[in-house]
Amino acid sequence: MTSFAKPLKIALGLIVIAGLIVVPMNFNRYGLFILSQWAVMTIAAMGLNLTLGYAGQVSLAQGAFVGIGAYAAAIMTTHGWPLPAAIVVAIVLSFAVGWVLGYPALRVQHHYLAFVTLAFSTLAFLVFRNESWLTGGIYGISNIPRPHIFGFATNKPLPFYYVCLGSLAIVSAAVWWLIRSPWGRAFMALRENPLRAQSLGIDTRRYTLMAFAIGSALGGIAGALYAPLTQYIDPVPFNLSLSLDLLMMVIVGGAGFYFGPFLGAMIAVLLPEWLRFTEGYYLMIYAVAVMLLLIWSPTGILGILDRYLAERRTKAASALRAVAKSRLETVQ
Amino acid sequence: MSAVLEVTSIKKNFGGISAVADVSFDVREGEILGLIGPNGCGKSTLFNCILGQLTPSGGEVKLDGKVVTGLRPAELNKLGVSRTFQLLQVFPKLSVRENLILAGQEHQGNMASRLVGRSDAGLTEAANQMIGFFKLDHLADEPAGGLSYGQQKLLDAAMAFMGGPRLVLLDEPAGGVNPSMLSDLKERLIAINREKNATFVVIEHNMEFVMSLCSRVMVMAEGKVLAMGRPDEVRKNPAVIEAYLGH
Repeated sequence: MTSFAKPLKIALGLIVIAGLIVVPMNFNRYGLFILSQWAVMTIAAMGLNLTLGYAGQVSLAQGAFVGIGAYAAAIMTTHGWPLPAAIVVAIVLSFAVGWVLGYPALRVQHHYLAFVTLAFSTLAFLVFRNESWLTGGIYGISNIPRPHIFGFATNKPLPFYYVCLGSLAIVSAAVWWLIRSPWGRAFMALRENPLRAQSLGIDTRRYTLMAFAIGSALGGIAGALYAPLTQYIDPVPFNLSLSLDLLMMVIVGGAGFYFGPFLGAMIAVLLPEWLRFTEGYYLMIYAVAVMLLLIWSPTGILGILDRYLAERRTKAASALRAVAKSRLETVQ
Repeated sequence: MSAVLEVTSIKKNFGGISAVADVSFDVREGEILGLIGPNGCGKSTLFNCILGQLTPSGGEVKLDGKVVTGLRPAELNKLGVSRTFQLLQVFPKLSVRENLILAGQEHQGNMASRLVGRSDAGLTEAANQMIGFFKLDHLADEPAGGLSYGQQKLLDAAMAFMGGPRLVLLDEPAGGVNPSMLSDLKERLIAINREKNATFVVIEHNMEFVMSLCSRVMVMAEGKVLAMGRPDEVRKNPAVIEAYLGH
């Protein structure tokens, strides 16, 4: 990267953050709901990106963890607990369940692992639907309160949007730290070459379980925000299709790229709104667009950018080499 | 000289096939032991049994007199046993430097400090040193997958030395490496062997490389040890000539 690129990136980042804070102030209730949903889904997709994109462990169960977090938050806050406490419980619960779900990954990989996690997803859905003493069954849980943060009520859409955005900021910072720590490198080593990783002292078992547990915990956080966002939950939103949607967000945005989930969630949440004018054709257009994208760039949208930057770097490097060579020849 | 590694009656069966049949030998502190033999004679399987990548069907492996049979590869690596691979085993999408940092990171601190402690401060420097030592400077920021075969072999070897291992098992380090790079590699191995007092076991088919590098050579055939001794002794051994070297 050239030296001016870094300040440029920081400036761009600040503009985006400022935009996310200021622009929605004029949004109506529905616009704020959509944007809050984007923030929540980004958190869940970041978790899956960690498990799948960085650590290479296929999971079709991220939606189930969003469900676990959502039910934990719904049950606790309707019984008078504050939301932060519910978030902590959601994290601990989904971390623990995610850890256990990681064990099959120590034995099976790829599409076999996908089936194991798919079965888990179904199991979680059945628990949400059938254990009505806890979850309210098909009637769900309604009147989920929104929290008071430092004494401020966040009942209105705008304050609650800021709760979601703030949570996204905290999670983003934590994930940024994680992937740049030796853990992040170890996760990538799992994805790239577990055999080599083992022989370099990387405890592949422990890191695999951690990748599942942390990724799932982020799903749990997303769920714990989803419940007060919609203020009503039932089992349907947490069925397999949510897991598939989250998978799509990660793949379309670019698996293994830090900003992939932000972009993927934006497309998945906002595109239906933008394509509203096409009426019934929205899903068809979306499906065709995804197919074309993945044929063109299997590494998602950020994969295209990455390839472009890599090409430019290569060109720059070979130009430098050519200059060095010609200088060498003149000297001789 | 004391034995770093003692291998006693190691056996490995795959179904009805005996890949390694009762192999015993020891590796002395500071030596470079060559391991030669025809393809399929069980050299790599023996390595995998020693390193915990395969569970031996029988026998015992001792490191510094302590039984380490059944330990996982990562645990053995933490005890100072490292390896290279016959086939390319790098992290293709990561840069050469990141590959080397990964190779060293688990030898510092613990799980917690690796998450919160930023324990990689010295690692980048160590990786850069290794890059310089193996003359990979111009490739440091390239993705490892984009390197040539020989360069990746070199990187694989460099990775094996990152954690400061005491014992390194090298599986055909010369395979596919061009002659000038090969003499470089040999120089590097000898330097690490002398300066860092690291002990090596080297599987190799390149006879010149083995004979000039190793202090002792072990010959395997059909899962058994055929001969063991100084390179010049082994070269003259009629059984070895019959089974491997040819007339």
